Amino acid sequence: MTEIFGVPLQALMGQLVLGLVNGSFYAVLSLGLAVIFGMLNIINFTHGALYMMGAMFTWMLLEYTGVGYWWSLLLAPVGVGLIGILIERVLLRHVYKLDHLYGLLLTFGLALMIEGLFRHLYGAAGQPYAVPSQLTGALDLGFMFLPKYRAWVIVASLAVCLFTWYMIEKTRLGAYLRAATENAKLTQALGINVPLMVLLTYGFSVGLAGLAGVLAAPTTQVGPLMGSNLLIVVFAVVVIGGMGSILGSVVTGLGLGLVEGLTKVFYAEAASTVVFIAMAIVLMFRPAGLFGREK
Amino acid sequence: MSPTEYLRVSDLHAFYGESHILHGIDFTVRRGECVTLLGRNGAGRTTTLRAIMGLTGKRTGSIMLNGREAINLPPHRITQLGVGYCPEERGIYAGLSTEENLLLPPVVGSGGMSVDEIYAMFPNLWERRHSQGTKLSGGEQQMLALARILRTGARLLLLDEISEGLAPVIVQKLADVIRELKQRDYTVLLVEQNFRFAAPLADRMLVVEHGQIVAEIAQHELRQRKDMLQELLGV
Ligand SMILES: Nc1ncnc2c1ncn2[C@@H]1O[C@H](COP(=O)(O)OP(=O)(O)OP(=O)(O)O)[C@@H](O)[C@H]1O
Ligand SMILES: [Mg+2]
Repeated sequence: MTEIFGVPLQALMGQLVLGLVNGSFYAVLSLGLAVIFGMLNIINFTHGALYMMGAMFTWMLLEYTGVGYWWSLLLAPVGVGLIGILIERVLLRHVYKLDHLYGLLLTFGLALMIEGLFRHLYGAAGQPYAVPSQLTGALDLGFMFLPKYRAWVIVASLAVCLFTWYMIEKTRLGAYLRAATENAKLTQALGINVPLMVLLTYGFSVGLAGLAGVLAAPTTQVGPLMGSNLLIVVFAVVVIGGMGSILGSVVTGLGLGLVEGLTKVFYAEAASTVVFIAMAIVLMFRPAGLFGREK
Repeated sequence: MSPTEYLRVSDLHAFYGESHILHGIDFTVRRGECVTLLGRNGAGRTTTLRAIMGLTGKRTGSIMLNGREAINLPPHRITQLGVGYCPEERGIYAGLSTEENLLLPPVVGSGGMSVDEIYAMFPNLWERRHSQGTKLSGGEQQMLALARILRTGARLLLLDEISEGLAPVIVQKLADVIRELKQRDYTVLLVEQNFRFAAPLADRMLVVEHGQIVAEIAQHELRQRKDMLQELLGV
């Protein structure tokens, strides 16, 4: 059997794919965080809880109504997006003008409440969610077996990132968003309904978190704590990539997923800290992040 | 309000936080007119435009735009009443190309200039349409800031110090553009420091001091009241 530095190729590739899967979640979540930060000036600590909600909705849809994975892929993100819109309307709009710290504390508190609610209802332990029948099994690539569901998560996440990038960089609506991110007041004075843009941006970005939750449901235990565990890493990704850069979020997310995967193979003890080590190193040399513009 | 009035500002007070900047501004601009706001630095001319656009803090009084009260509207609704605003700092977006900057403001009415007409008026912008907006020269950025509000169908243009810091040929070009806009029946409210730029263009000049209008001079009175104007402006 082929080996690389004493590691069987099959195991190495397996960890790399797993790394890409995790990286896909990092990418989709940090993308949303970056867009929200740019537009709303808020560090959205509820992002993990909303991701968890996407997964919980998926599980609940199946458990209580029999609605399966494919419909959940549409319904759960829309549901999470609508909850996001409600959060923006009722709470967030009061803190835009204040220091970042207020938005951070508000969204952090909110995340604890959402998690607490689900914990109260379903307990802290997770529920299993089956891989949809169309995506069970693996593809034989010759040098490795690639589980179909993992391939789907990577492809779907990349498609979502590409779609978001296209919308923001290449369309009229995206030009409004970039303009409002850069200078909200002037953009509004040029005739664009910026408060509405902000609302939709938040709804869409947390909808993406919900979508990531649906994609994650069959890969993990669906439970109230799945978001907070992930979010800490995602924040490190955002810091490394640089706040506000879409491409940066995606590349950094996938890259760090791979780095994590490789670390698991070669020095498993460091796998859970390698991202933070990378963060410290990047911050030393590029305080604005790899893709960030220094102010 | 007479049908020829496009803008009537009455007893306008505006604040930035606690500071009370405008102390009861009153003036009107008629359809097709070019009116200039002159004044020393810090007199409150920019603040007057920003208050009309809803960009200051608290404001009171009345702003009738095309027959509609605008004092309580948010900025985008004010623009939709047919106003184009060119800010003092130009406000070109770094995240947008020249063409995206040009196409950014949504159309608010019929009768705006077509993109072709605009490029014919500003050939430089055509040549540099794919460049990042903020990579343009100061003069080109000023033209872009002006050009992007001509497309929208706005009939009232609020222009803040468009000649500031630009080379004489470009200032000349901008004066030609304003003349052409007057011919096209645009209504223009021009904030200026550069008296020689503004004097031949303006139908009337208003002098702002300490947040109030302290003098009004029509074009035909300019010659005999020049001394008084110079004293007010401190030139
Ligand atoms: N954002 C702000 N916060 C507080 N005060 C302000 C602000 N902007 C302007 N001012 C104050 O309001 C007054 C009027 O300023 P404004 O910008 O309207 O002057 P101006 O007539 O346009 O002069 P110029 O552009 O030549 O400096 C000044 O005293 C200025 O210090
Ligand atoms: Mg000014």
